[in-house]
Amino acid sequence: MPDCDVLVIGAGPAGLAAATRAAETGASVAMVDDNPHPGGQIWRAAAGKAPQDAARWIHSAEQHQVEWIAGARVFAAPAPNRIAVEKFDGELELGYRSLILATGARERFLPFPGWTLPNVMGAGGLQALAKSGLPVEGKKIVIAGSGPLLLAVAKYMKEHAADVRLIAEQATQSALLAFGLRLAAHPGKLIQAVGLRAALLGIPYLTSCWPVAAEGKDKLEAVTLSRGERTWTERCDYLACGFGLVPNTEIAALLGCRLSDGSVAVDEQQQTSITNVYSAGEATGIGGLELALVEGEIAGFAAAGASARARTLFAARDRYRKFAEALEHAFAPREELKALPREETLVCRCEDVTLGRVRSCTGWREAKLHTRCGMGPCQGRVCGAAVEFLLGWKSESVRPPVFPTRIESLTRTEPPA
Amino acid sequence: MINPIDLSVNGVPIAVPAGTMVSTAVALAGVTRFRRSVTGEARAPLCGMGICFECRVSINGREHCRSCQVPCENGMEVAADA
Repeated sequence: MPDCDVLVIGAGPAGLAAATRAAETGASVAMVDDNPHPGGQIWRAAAGKAPQDAARWIHSAEQHQVEWIAGARVFAAPAPNRIAVEKFDGELELGYRSLILATGARERFLPFPGWTLPNVMGAGGLQALAKSGLPVEGKKIVIAGSGPLLLAVAKYMKEHAADVRLIAEQATQSALLAFGLRLAAHPGKLIQAVGLRAALLGIPYLTSCWPVAAEGKDKLEAVTLSRGERTWTERCDYLACGFGLVPNTEIAALLGCRLSDGSVAVDEQQQTSITNVYSAGEATGIGGLELALVEGEIAGFAAAGASARARTLFAARDRYRKFAEALEHAFAPREELKALPREETLVCRCEDVTLGRVRSCTGWREAKLHTRCGMGPCQGRVCGAAVEFLLGWKSESVRPPVFPTRIESLTRTEPPA
Repeated sequence: MINPIDLSVNGVPIAVPAGTMVSTAVALAGVTRFRRSVTGEARAPLCGMGICFECRVSINGREHCRSCQVPCENGMEVAADA
């Protein structure tokens, strides 16, 4: 017997929208997430207070009796229509009729000398810590990498009285101008962009600029930046650096869902290549909040068998997908960034494997066997995207457990003999 | 501070607001090295969202806990750089 009709993995915008819409149709719905609170990364609450639109969706999911399973990470699919999750204090198995993968995205980290120093973090990484109470008041912060997230993080840091020295955006000015014009077709996005610009007044926003080295003895003290012919050093307490986002596809791959171009492949009903498995949001391709919400709504209706209601949202989804395409085009990482790591720069932070050692291998399999690159606790979640960008290797198949898991959790979820 | 949570980081008592993650408590305690890498380098949080495993610490004797995903609780004993 399944524990629920629809199980949603991931409680960010896509997952919340999916769970709510599925529950509205009368289906029994459960939602699991690795984090202690719903909202995902974008709606990560500061001191338990979710933003207004987040609160509305969270309230709506609660009202429709969506069962919320917090602090639970999926590590295996021990039998058909069942997944195994590990919590801080134990593990459990969950059965479902339909599954919705709303697993979101992570930041793309690209290696450069010094990137492993303490206080060099992701852009979203520093924001997550700040929202969890890390004081940033008066701290000198350099924000670098690529994409709209840099602006959102700068705004948050400035609102919390940080001394944001500059934003280094690797994309060209012309790419951003072309992107800006396309924003005009998306009024909601335009208002967001204008709002951000006002909030960011006084922070230099440098295009075609990126960090070439982070320096410090025991922790970050300064970052050296490059822009065209110019190279200079900024003293700072934190470097918040992320080069866009990459979809989280590990659970989809574990289940055998077809991937396409690094994302979970879905049809018009957000259904994956497996009949009762759906996916929505950043896992199906980076597209931002509005696209994640509408994809989640479609997946929720479809997974609960309400495909006609799903269909009414296709036009809205098409509009946001056009925006996503423009986004991807404007902020694609530039070739020059491949020259940032030196041969001795670490690529794999779990196993401390240098670029030189990885490069001496013929592909992922050999790199894993000979150097342990991608074999540590993060299972290639950090170095995978970097190696793909630097060397063009696509990561291979995923094996359970997809997260480091306690022995007792593994032994209790063995498939039936 | 409303309803502070009392815990210890490397044996030193610290009080943090409710809702604070262990990663933040470790940073607030003045610790910059959360763990040592396999070759002995100092490491600290990178992703802040539970995927990179750089913020691993020991919590109540259990090793390899991702400090960015665990909310602080009263009486917790956290050991960084174990």
